[in-house]
Amino acid sequence: MAIRHGLLALLDQGEMYGYQLKSEFEARTGSTWPLNVGQVYTTLRRLERDGLVESADTNGGQVFYRTTAAGQRELHQWFEVPVSREAPPRDELAIKLAMAITVPGVDVLAIIQRQRTHTLRAMRDYTRLKSSTDHTDVAWLLVVDSLIFQAEAEIRWLDHCESWLARHRAPPEPVPGAGPATRSVAAEEEAAR
Amino acid sequence: MTTTFSTTDASDSAGGAAVLELAAVSRVHGRGATAVDALSEVSLAVAPGELVAVMGPSGSGKSTLLNLAGGLDSPSAGAVVVEGTDLGGLGRVALAALRRRAIGYVYQDFNLIPALTAGENVSLPRELDGVASRRARGEARAALAEVGIEELADRFPDDISGGEQQRVAIARALVGERRLVLADEPTGALDSQTGESVLRLLRSRCDAGAAAVLVTHEARYAAWADRVAFLRDGRMVDETGHADHAESLLEKTSR
Repeated sequence: MAIRHGLLALLDQGEMYGYQLKSEFEARTGSTWPLNVGQVYTTLRRLERDGLVESADTNGGQVFYRTTAAGQRELHQWFEVPVSREAPPRDELAIKLAMAITVPGVDVLAIIQRQRTHTLRAMRDYTRLKSSTDHTDVAWLLVVDSLIFQAEAEIRWLDHCESWLARHRAPPEPVPGAGPATRSVAAEEEAAR
Repeated sequence: MTTTFSTTDASDSAGGAAVLELAAVSRVHGRGATAVDALSEVSLAVAPGELVAVMGPSGSGKSTLLNLAGGLDSPSAGAVVVEGTDLGGLGRVALAALRRRAIGYVYQDFNLIPALTAGENVSLPRELDGVASRRARGEARAALAEVGIEELADRFPDDISGGEQQRVAIARALVGERRLVLADEPTGALDSQTGESVLRLLRSRCDAGAAAVLVTHEARYAAWADRVAFLRDGRMVDETGHADHAESLLEKTSR
């Protein structure tokens, strides 16, 4: 979805051909979400089919595209309507933790710590990128900040999960026969046989 | 489970012997049945040029670690080595002298002396160490210039902003021969923009050769470090390892 509208936004500023669109898209988002040329052409074909862009000049074998009036309306609509949060994207980490809490024998706290380390490592890498970036490259700085904020939110959520589990969760039930607490009953039953 | 991490990588990649080394350091408060392990067998080496963050919930041993590293507390077991000197082998006077000469602290509430100017705050540890006041003042000016606030040398702490006070504290932490900074939640009293500029400064001082340990509970500040160590119940449970080279990051992000 974002690629479709991203291309529309670029074409609204002037005619461009496929490879140009790819480079421009990546330049504005700092190569954070690289596109392959195939993706660009597939998207362009769909946009053309839907009447949102049309091919303009052909210059040296390159087909230039531009937005149509319908394409401009679609683009303005995109800028005006907030990005939906009603159907949140499937979050693998949330699903993993939900499963880990209910599946016996899984060390949830270890999963949380491994994820925390991993996410902090990513956050450190983003921070390095940010600090080595030219301050005038505002669009990209904000994209990197978005990644940092998301990673930070994930770590805060992991902290929250950990402290919640520490407060509300009974210590894991001892394996029957292994701990002294359950041994008496089991041992007595054994002895009775 | 013993949680010691290899320290050789750290000194290899940053070059040079460690400025700070904690070797299997433990700290027990109380004794017998009521003994509490504040820190258990924690090992950590910080080389020149390195910024190491320590994260963990309250009560995980972060402050204990920092107090031990700074010689404000002594370990129950293990060794704390600063600039090649084992703090355990020093008498009270020698320890105080080493602390003054080699270690700088940066706190959440800045801890500047309100009756002294920014410049005097920075030169004070040098003068206490017996450096002639003219030379101490020159060193203080140089340290303030390195943190970008030379022009504030004659102002009093109450007269400058929180972010500027923290810059003075960082200048004081690195004045003279000092190159080990122990920072305890240095961004705690600052808004996020100013907090980030303090981390940028700490980062750049480390890039220029200082070594720093940063205790924080905020991931966004810890992310400025080369490595992040995680403490839980006095044990080091994990560590991020060293950062990749910045050039390889773009490749990695564009997967």
